[in-house]
Amino acid sequence: MNTESNAVPESSLDARENAPTIERATRPFYWSVRRELWENRAIYIAPLAAAGVYLFAFLIGMTRLPDKMRQLSALDPMEQQHAIIMPYEFAAGLMMATTLIVAGFYCLDALHSERRDRSILFWKSLPVSDGITVLSKASIPLVIQPLLTVAITVVTQFIMLLLSSAVLAGHGMSVATYWAQVSLLQMSLGLFYHLFTVHVLMHAPFYAWFLLISGWARGVAILVWAFVPPLAIIIVEMLVFNTSHFANMLRSQLSGGAEAIPFPGRMPIEPGMEFTPGHFLLSPRLWIGLAVGAAFLFAAARFRRNREPI
Amino acid sequence: MACIEARGLRKAFGANVALDGVNLRVEEGRILGIMGPNGAGKTTALNAILGLTPYQGELRVLGRDPWTERDRLMRDVCFISDVAVLPRWIRVAQLLEYVAGVHPRFDRAKADGFLTKTTIHRASKVRELSKGMVAQLHLAVVMAIDARLLVLDEPTLGLDILYRKQFYDSLLNDYYDRSRTIVITTHQVEEIQNVLTDVMFMDRGRIVFGCSMEDFESRYVEVMVKPEQVAAARALKPFHERQALGRSVLLFDLKPDSADRRQLSGLGEVRTPSIADLFVAVVGNSTAKSAANPADAPKGVVR
Repeated sequence: MNTESNAVPESSLDARENAPTIERATRPFYWSVRRELWENRAIYIAPLAAAGVYLFAFLIGMTRLPDKMRQLSALDPMEQQHAIIMPYEFAAGLMMATTLIVAGFYCLDALHSERRDRSILFWKSLPVSDGITVLSKASIPLVIQPLLTVAITVVTQFIMLLLSSAVLAGHGMSVATYWAQVSLLQMSLGLFYHLFTVHVLMHAPFYAWFLLISGWARGVAILVWAFVPPLAIIIVEMLVFNTSHFANMLRSQLSGGAEAIPFPGRMPIEPGMEFTPGHFLLSPRLWIGLAVGAAFLFAAARFRRNREPI
Repeated sequence: MACIEARGLRKAFGANVALDGVNLRVEEGRILGIMGPNGAGKTTALNAILGLTPYQGELRVLGRDPWTERDRLMRDVCFISDVAVLPRWIRVAQLLEYVAGVHPRFDRAKADGFLTKTTIHRASKVRELSKGMVAQLHLAVVMAIDARLLVLDEPTLGLDILYRKQFYDSLLNDYYDRSRTIVITTHQVEEIQNVLTDVMFMDRGRIVFGCSMEDFESRYVEVMVKPEQVAAARALKPFHERQALGRSVLLFDLKPDSADRRQLSGLGEVRTPSIADLFVAVVGNSTAKSAANPADAPKGVVR
């Protein structure tokens, strides 16, 4: 073809046409992610609302804080710290639970809603590949939501700390002892580690599976296809072989490997062995899971190309 | 290089054949109108051209395979596939921002210019706009993209006559510049008759007719025959005959300077048929006879 013959005058359009390949790939990705946030505001509204409600409840409970501190001083240091840190861990848990629910619903709907309202015909009229679109949708539960969860949790915990300090100081009690028990930095590092290893790396195949189903099934069938095949495998395995390897595998993948991963703030310990980042990164289960997730995403991109609007 | 080139394009949905060996060549700078009854395969053909559906056969759009290179092709191709495919949740400002972000050939200022001529607010969501406004918005976005091929599938479906008129006016006045190619399907044939450079009829997955508007005007003649002359007129082999206001209307495909044509003027009132009348004659004929007369379906090729 002879594009040279079309003597288009030099303009900013041409500058962007000739932009480096990296920018050509990242620009559509960046805008596709923003597009997801415009459409699905629950991604940030839900955890913000949960944080607001929790802070309100915490504020009410604040009236009992001085009494509680007095009672605690009778306990040994371990129990003391545990009792003080509890509300902070609960805040992190609430954020994570909220995010998990939103992420699940998001993924089950992400590639379905654009077919349902036929807007896929508009999105496909733009130079954005199916792969970029699917990756941008996958990045919501795997990148955006974990980062949001850490940020909102840290801010929430910081506000809790400030509120507690103010109340304690108002009652003429030692703020320093309280602060010594609550290590925000350690808690947020723990939370980040937990989110990255469990919610991102281990849960990736589940999100990818949900995305695949949302791009393939339609209507209520999405819920059926998302949950019935795994359930069917579990039941058949149980009836035929009288084993439950698949169920155990799913369970350990969901919980992140160690059945008893403690709440962020302490390093997770797997029974019988140290749960170190090195050990985690070398475990074949992690990489098999990620490979399966990548295959699901690849299939989801294929389906997006093939499937007609509903 | 042709803008669109298809050879033996086939597509079946189960036992239902949507495209049955379509051969098509559209040169750059043409405005092609595709007409056909519902289920004729128009939308399937356009979807194949746009890389929205897989197909058998050979197809090149601007030198590319649409099915494997859709995202690259969409830098040079735009389409409006239906009114109301714009996402309903999006705000007008967000839509402009997004398209400006992902499309290297989108001119934001141009789109803003088109929109200031309308009553569309930037802060409105698409769901708050009327059907006509959504079509205006979509057209404003598409016209601000410096594309080489624009495909419109029933772009004015469900709009009132004022919006339809405005839609085609701004398409012709503000967008078309003779180097761009436009392909339109519609049921409202009369409204775009004077917009087109080429016309094509599809029926049951095949192209049953295709010619340029110049050929159309010079070749096809419609004669309202006086009752006593009907037999003489029929002797000149019309390819379609209908009754209107108690008189016979005969359609002929004749060379401009042929003897038959001069003879016709003695038989009644001679005029150029409308595309709609020719459409009824050609598609009606082919439906009745099932195998179209090759003379009615000149080449299945549009130049």
